Amino acid sequence: MSQPLLKVQDLTKHFPVGPRTIFGKPEQFLRAVDGVSFQIEKGGSLGLVGESGCGKSTCARTIVGLHPATSGSVRYEGVELTSLSRREWLPYRRKIQMIFQDPYASLDPRQTVAQILNEPLKLFGLGRPRERRLRVLALLEAVGLNPRHVQRYPHEFSGGQRQRIGIARALAGEPDLIVCDEPVSALDVSIQAQIVNLLSELRERFDLAYLFIAHDLAVVRHLCERIAVMYLGRLVEEAPRDELFKNPAHPYTKALLSAVPYPDPEVERTRERIVLGGDVPSPLTPPSGCPFHPRCHQVGDVSGDRCSREVPALVHEGQRSRACHLD
Amino acid sequence: MMPLLSVKDLAVRFETHDGVVRAVDGVSFEMEEGETLGLVGESGSGKSVTNLALLGLIPSPPGVMSGVVHFDGQEITKLSEPDLRKIRGNRIAMIFQDPMTSLNPLLTIGRQLTEVLELHKGMKYAQALRQSAAALGEVGLAEPEKRLAQYPHELSGGMRQRVMIAMGLLCEPRLLLADEPTTALDVTIQAQILELMAEVQKQHGTAIILVTHDLGVVAGSADRVAVMYAGRIVEEGPTQDIFNSPVHPYTKGLLSSVPRLDSDTSCELSSIPGSPPDLAEMPPGCAFAPRCPEVQPECLLTQPDLLSSGSPQSRNACPIASPRASREASS
Ligand SMILES: Nc1ncnc2c1ncn2[C@@H]1O[C@H](COP(=O)(O)OP(=O)(O)OP(=O)(O)O)[C@@H](O)[C@H]1O
Ligand SMILES: Nc1ncnc2c1ncn2[C@@H]1O[C@H](COP(=O)(O)OP(=O)(O)O)[C@@H](O)[C@H]1O
Ligand code: SF4
Ligand code: SF4
Ligand SMILES: [Mg+2]
Ligand SMILES: [Mg+2]
Repeated sequence: MSQPLLKVQDLTKHFPVGPRTIFGKPEQFLRAVDGVSFQIEKGGSLGLVGESGCGKSTCARTIVGLHPATSGSVRYEGVELTSLSRREWLPYRRKIQMIFQDPYASLDPRQTVAQILNEPLKLFGLGRPRERRLRVLALLEAVGLNPRHVQRYPHEFSGGQRQRIGIARALAGEPDLIVCDEPVSALDVSIQAQIVNLLSELRERFDLAYLFIAHDLAVVRHLCERIAVMYLGRLVEEAPRDELFKNPAHPYTKALLSAVPYPDPEVERTRERIVLGGDVPSPLTPPSGCPFHPRCHQVGDVSGDRCSREVPALVHEGQRSRACHLD
Repeated sequence: MMPLLSVKDLAVRFETHDGVVRAVDGVSFEMEEGETLGLVGESGSGKSVTNLALLGLIPSPPGVMSGVVHFDGQEITKLSEPDLRKIRGNRIAMIFQDPMTSLNPLLTIGRQLTEVLELHKGMKYAQALRQSAAALGEVGLAEPEKRLAQYPHELSGGMRQRVMIAMGLLCEPRLLLADEPTTALDVTIQAQILELMAEVQKQHGTAIILVTHDLGVVAGSADRVAVMYAGRIVEEGPTQDIFNSPVHPYTKGLLSSVPRLDSDTSCELSSIPGSPPDLAEMPPGCAFAPRCPEVQPECLLTQPDLLSSGSPQSRNACPIASPRASREASS
């Protein structure tokens, strides 16, 4: 097999928190990402799901270089990114783009759409001013915005339209990979569907790969070929979409899928739901052994106290992998 | 028999720099004891303002409210502020999306709970404290006595939401206004909280107005659904009917835009083109007309009323559209 577009291996990101000791060392580390590995092929799409605070955004931000990694490796077409200097990063900044949840906060309110979209073109030295102007209009057209609105400011657009501007900006440098962090979570259902359709159309048209983060599993299912489930800084399961939804293998994935509310009263009335006890533990004081063991409904199916003693490794089998002591 | 709650022609407008915003524009509905009404609609459609108006909590200025609300045989729109205060948190309680906006960050959980009981039930501190601990236990918080001494920021989001629910239910309200009570929570925690609310409702016969944008939550929890668009209810009926045979084009569009865990991933999601109107510049006629696939010339002239349709429990505000026969037939 040819080399993957993106290969993430044993990635960790620990944040220093709390007071420092007299030697200036932090007393405690928050293990936001704690040994995550996955890969994305060219034109492929991986959905990353999990409860809030489990480390999805930190993982994404570390991959695109917004946070320095604590350890581990991120390779883009075989090139190690974690050790690059700012200068060396520039060509990859063009190839790996990011879209954020909040279309309001991620656009400069004082810039017109033309300026917002011109900026990456200028930064990456793409074309002379006249060509860039045409390119800006083509970008607007690609994301379904009226090119006549090119001199407008972000506040003159609706939430969904602002997300389209964010997508156009991400497309400006002709990227191969777009990291999408909850790009539709702040939008209403009817608008959300528009953006999901746009993202899927753009993927076909420009042969994009996506790392797609969302807490709405139905949205992820619609856009991604593979799905990775994260819990407390680690991947607990990864599988092709249909296999994961039809036949979840990790107890947490099972609970997560069974908790997704279904927009159908009959299904809701009759379905069996795994209601987990307890709260998501803090990544400051992760449980011993399997991070899911204090809430796991299948902990009794594993002999002895293995679940609370031993961290299960992510074991690959065919197209899927899982981190659980169950047989 | 009189309904527990009856809302007639409720309207709220805000007089802002950009003009008059008609946040709620002629909303009427009724609720029976022990019933859950799901209030759904896009953000800005007036769900929260409707709830706040029921409690007389519209800030004025810039807000101006009109309409008649009867609760438990009393016309509460006529009550003075001190009389309303006796009802709020007592016979009508509220739970909000973000517990941090309604829990005081400077006071312990215990202090905030006992205050409610001292105010509304005239309890002595010691008794109020015992009752508060019991209430926290009832919503599934471990070590309630310890929680009483903690401050809101020391709890997780799910725990804070449970404290909010405990506080909301402390005085055994007849009516609970729950505004996006689980939106900020993860689905596994959301499932716990919804189950808890259903249990409490069964025990005490509480009526619940459940505001949410999540149609899945509504499908699982509501007996009836009211769909809001641009400040008005455009369709209302038993949950089953709304999901199986929606009439109003907005309801149909909304339901088919929701991606489902069993929908076909090879085709596009259907979506509603355009975006909701600016409430300060409402078009004449039907507010949904600019986005409506079934629009007719007469839709642009007069605003359609919410009228009974089909069964006596169902109402909708579209004289043009016919019901979608059933999901199977349309897909
Ligand atoms: N204090 C206020 N001053 C001016 N306008 C207001 C005020 N409060 C609410 N509005 C406006 O009233 C309209 C309805 O608001 P409301 O919060 O009820 O909508 P909602 O459907 O609950 O939205 P969301 O789902 O986003 O919470 C919005 O246009 C909002 O901007
Ligand atoms: N800059 C930071 N400093 C300290 N802790 C952080 C920082 N950024 C994120 N965290 C913590 O890392 C954990 C994972 O966060 P995040 O990646 O944002 O989760 P998610 O996106 O899944 O909601 C959380 O506990 C969060 O509070
Ligand atoms: S390792 Fe044990 S605790 Fe962890 S998910 Fe598997 S069964 Fe549950
Ligand atoms: S009244 Fe006309 S525009 Fe309004 S929803 Fe019905 S068909 Fe559409
Ligand atoms: Mg995040
Ligand atoms: Mg609201």
